[in-house]
Amino acid sequence: MSDDKLPVAHDAAEGHGEAAVAENPFADPGLPPHEPRRTDIDERAAKRAERQVSLLFLVSMLATVGFIASYVSIDSDKIVYIFPLGHISALNFALGMTLGVALFCIGAGAVHWARTLMSDVELPAERHAIEADDETRADVIQQFKTGAAESGFGRRKMIRNTMIGSMALVPLSGVMLLRDLGPLPEKKLDRTDWNEATSDAPIRLVNMNTNEPMKPEDIVVGSLTFAKPGPSASRPAGLQESDEDFQEAIAKDALMLIRIQPNDIKDADSRDLGFEGVLAYSKICTHVGCPISLYEQQTHHALCPCHQSTFDLSDGARVIFGPAGHPLPQLKITTDASGYLVATGGFKHPVGPSFWERSE
Amino acid sequence: MKKLSARRRHPLAALVVLLFALAATGGLYAAFAPAENAQADSSAQSLAIDEGKRLFAVGCSSCHGLNGEGSSTGPSLVGVGSAAVDFQVGTGRMPAQQPGAQIPKKKNIYSQSDIDAMAAFVASLGPGPVTPTKDQYTSTETDAISKGGELFRTNCSQCHNFAGAGGALTQGKFAPSLENVDPKHIYEAMQTGPQNMPSFPDTTMPEKQKQEIVAFVRYQANEAPNPGGLSLGSLGPVTEGLFGWIFGLGALIAIAIWVAAHTTKAKKS
Ligand code: FES
Repeated sequence: MSDDKLPVAHDAAEGHGEAAVAENPFADPGLPPHEPRRTDIDERAAKRAERQVSLLFLVSMLATVGFIASYVSIDSDKIVYIFPLGHISALNFALGMTLGVALFCIGAGAVHWARTLMSDVELPAERHAIEADDETRADVIQQFKTGAAESGFGRRKMIRNTMIGSMALVPLSGVMLLRDLGPLPEKKLDRTDWNEATSDAPIRLVNMNTNEPMKPEDIVVGSLTFAKPGPSASRPAGLQESDEDFQEAIAKDALMLIRIQPNDIKDADSRDLGFEGVLAYSKICTHVGCPISLYEQQTHHALCPCHQSTFDLSDGARVIFGPAGHPLPQLKITTDASGYLVATGGFKHPVGPSFWERSE
Repeated sequence: MKKLSARRRHPLAALVVLLFALAATGGLYAAFAPAENAQADSSAQSLAIDEGKRLFAVGCSSCHGLNGEGSSTGPSLVGVGSAAVDFQVGTGRMPAQQPGAQIPKKKNIYSQSDIDAMAAFVASLGPGPVTPTKDQYTSTETDAISKGGELFRTNCSQCHNFAGAGGALTQGKFAPSLENVDPKHIYEAMQTGPQNMPSFPDTTMPEKQKQEIVAFVRYQANEAPNPGGLSLGSLGPVTEGLFGWIFGLGALIAIAIWVAAHTTKAKKS
């Protein structure tokens, strides 16, 4: 920029001056002299800034169009290789880039506009006490009293009381909305598919990996197996992933099967519920119902990944750490005539988290 | 002949006959004795067991006892099988540096033939899972990865994370990341249940399913695309949030400071 366009010399008098500072070191130093921006004094620079700002906004518009175009045109399964990122989804990349550019350009344009073209005048704003002067206050209090007297609020007790009542009740509607968190589980967690088993019609434990029933000798000490209910009266094929209510059912029926040397089982009841050291516990955490199966075969601890409740499976799944309120329910198992592991009844305690109607 | 018959009454004749007879029986025995048995004692297998026993005495016996019977500092190795030795020594976990909540993986100092020898010795203590061969842990099926993914999510992801990135357990223990783990070692870990990992024996998870899991883990570590670009360790919201706070907000603050500090004054300089 050519020098001649700069204002001559900054006038110290524009601020409150140095003389005042010399006399009183605590005096208000005032504002520093105003320095004009290039765009304030050079019309060409101002025009250029204007073009730059519009260009940024234009790029933003194009990027938005690009966002919409990639949204409709790119197949969501498409994977491309982009250098530092590796194999990534083309759609995610395009959407992220275009939206990012669109938003960034709006921001950059706004900042550039404010810095180069909007008013640049320093404006001191002085601070005052917040309260109004005495006169105004007296006036307002007077008006309030007049208003109160005219409304007859103090006299008409019925209006006053009903108003207070209505205002007190309004928040209840907010409380009502909490109902949407429901419905309550009622007795649903009390019953699982295992409840259908009886000693006459036991239900086999089916390996979730192989879909086959298991014998106790398949479960070696130190192993972990997941099981689901086999054929029963209401599900002749056993619980299958193709069943419509599979997710709901497996969220209650899932078992983890472990085997501990019978002498190492500390809880006698738990030992009796198992079969020769094979124990079947519910896989559903009794805190808020995460599936838990972080089983440590040496310590016999099972850990829940959600809030770190830890159960000692060698001691009736007693809670040894964390927020869970109940031990994991254990399923009584035995073998049928052909030697397969079966359940002859449901869990004694409801599986999963505590709830109001929990029987126990 | 005449000479011989002439001396048949010599006092030492009986002794000579006896010597002949002994030599003949010995020779016959050597010729007709069951050759295989005699062979077996010097076979590669028993040499390996001897060699393994020697290595075991040096590297392992201070914790596991001279004959692998276990002691207060190390469990008995009877019945753990060669797969367990191959895994523990092959990944450098054994010999353990120091006892603790978890024996971490470290550099393996043994050659594969040393490991095989020790494995042969430990396997001779009692039957157990056998070191798998390459075609046992390599799946040739085309849909192995997707099937393995399902099995992984049922059996493994709770500890090792959905992408095999590993995770925390109780009291300082952790499930290690499965990235860059030799397929053989993944297979052996499932077979033997090292340390606190439960085992998944063939009776509950057949060989084929283990192969599929190995295929999935390998795919996940090597080729699986990251739909969003950066995987940030596949650890989920913690790393993602930290990244957002530090790099996202940090960048915004830096830009704000830059904007405020750089005025557009038409100063000459
Ligand atoms: S759900 Fe298991 S600890 Fe919270």
